[in-house]
Amino acid sequence: MPASMSQETLKTTPLHAAHMALGGRMVPFAGYELPVQYADGVMKEHLWTREHAGLFDVSHMGQARLRGVSPLSAFEEIVPGDFISLKPGRQKYSVLLNRQGGIIDDLMAGRPDDDGLFVVVNGACKDNDFAVMREEFAGQVEIERLEDRALLAIQGPEAAAALQAHVPGAAELVFMDVRTLTGFGADLIVSRSGYTGEDGYEISIPAEAAVQVWNTLLADERVRPIGLGARDSLRLEAGLPLYGHDLDESVSPIEAGLGFAVSKGRREARDFPGAARIAREVAEGPARVRVGLRVLEGAPAREGAEVSDAEGQIIGIVTSGGYSPCLKAGVALAFVPPAHAALGGQLKVIVRGKPQSAEVVKTPFVPHRYVRKL
Amino acid sequence: MRFTKDHEWVVLEGDVATIGITAFAAEQLGDVVFVETPEVGKVFTAGDAFAVVESVKAASDVYAPISGEVVGANSVLGDAPETVNADPENGGWFAKLKVADSAQFDALMDRTAYEAFLATQ
Repeated sequence: MPASMSQETLKTTPLHAAHMALGGRMVPFAGYELPVQYADGVMKEHLWTREHAGLFDVSHMGQARLRGVSPLSAFEEIVPGDFISLKPGRQKYSVLLNRQGGIIDDLMAGRPDDDGLFVVVNGACKDNDFAVMREEFAGQVEIERLEDRALLAIQGPEAAAALQAHVPGAAELVFMDVRTLTGFGADLIVSRSGYTGEDGYEISIPAEAAVQVWNTLLADERVRPIGLGARDSLRLEAGLPLYGHDLDESVSPIEAGLGFAVSKGRREARDFPGAARIAREVAEGPARVRVGLRVLEGAPAREGAEVSDAEGQIIGIVTSGGYSPCLKAGVALAFVPPAHAALGGQLKVIVRGKPQSAEVVKTPFVPHRYVRKL
Repeated sequence: MRFTKDHEWVVLEGDVATIGITAFAAEQLGDVVFVETPEVGKVFTAGDAFAVVESVKAASDVYAPISGEVVGANSVLGDAPETVNADPENGGWFAKLKVADSAQFDALMDRTAYEAFLATQ
């Protein structure tokens, strides 16, 4: 598609003008025009988030309320995790699976209040996700998409103090708590979560209040705006898989290292889409698994780079990779057979035809700093 | 110094061309974290991808602005790729090519023409 055509059809978030005013370099992403970086550039934005607080516009993501007579039960039926037992004020990571056990999308679902389930899905997948849910729910659950709400993430060691100055109730949350709170004169849905590995929050805001919340948070000298480029390098260092890259409809949660999203009871009951494959992979081991690689020499290995064993036999592929600003080295997520997945294993990544040494290392590459206890 | 629309620069001394990327290109790329310079002895035709420059975000090809054989590469960039950002049009040079046809150099944009081209970008 010519760029001019795609430009015309790109959607914008309520913060589009704010990004432009900050010198955001706008690119197409998930059907939206969003900033890949601001004037500071990816490296500075990345390091700022690790040391202070970064503010991200993630309004392209899909937000919805699921309501009905028993929305928790209905939701539990279509995912492999336990949701009937989800406590008020808590959220969980989960995956939508197809009949073959492949991942349709990964998502967060929580109970900020008594108004059903609040779900957040990936922007590029949202239309399909809600169509899949609508079909699975067969009228038992009403899906209200919250297209009139923006979503911000504030992440980093100083994020909590910066947000709590305006939303005192946010101080009571620990990692994966979610609450309906009032702040900035608006009704917010606040969760203590994110996708950088840092402490921080994600904040759902009525669209008309988004610019004011954005500007108020940026007026705090600890907080700087962060684009998609650093959002990706931060999540990569945190070892978190990205849908459309590390996860797709062919990949199972067991292969992807997301077994924690498949509860033991559900695994045994085999009562969710794709359960047969999940049970088989748990019993016999999957054909491939996601590993972390540290590139020991040469260029960073990026998505699509082949992975070979020490003898040069191709055994796998990099699904996301790049340069880690914190480790000052190339890091990558790759899928390889379990026989090659042991920590410390010496492999090769093939970059522009050249084999380069890489080692299987544990993920996250940079330790998570979630606040699990107050 | 002459320039290409792909934002490479060339300085020709005798029959040896020194090649790098422009300050504009370096600024657009952001912090350079890795540079792959060409091997001495390799021969390139103008327009061939002859080096790679990588930022946190992506890898980008650098094209030979002029045909020739590589007679030198900037070893500083191995340990200090950030030199491309700090001093793009001097210390951050990528490679030296022994040029067969200096007419290719004369056909490239001078600084005035390049700056006019940048204004249209």
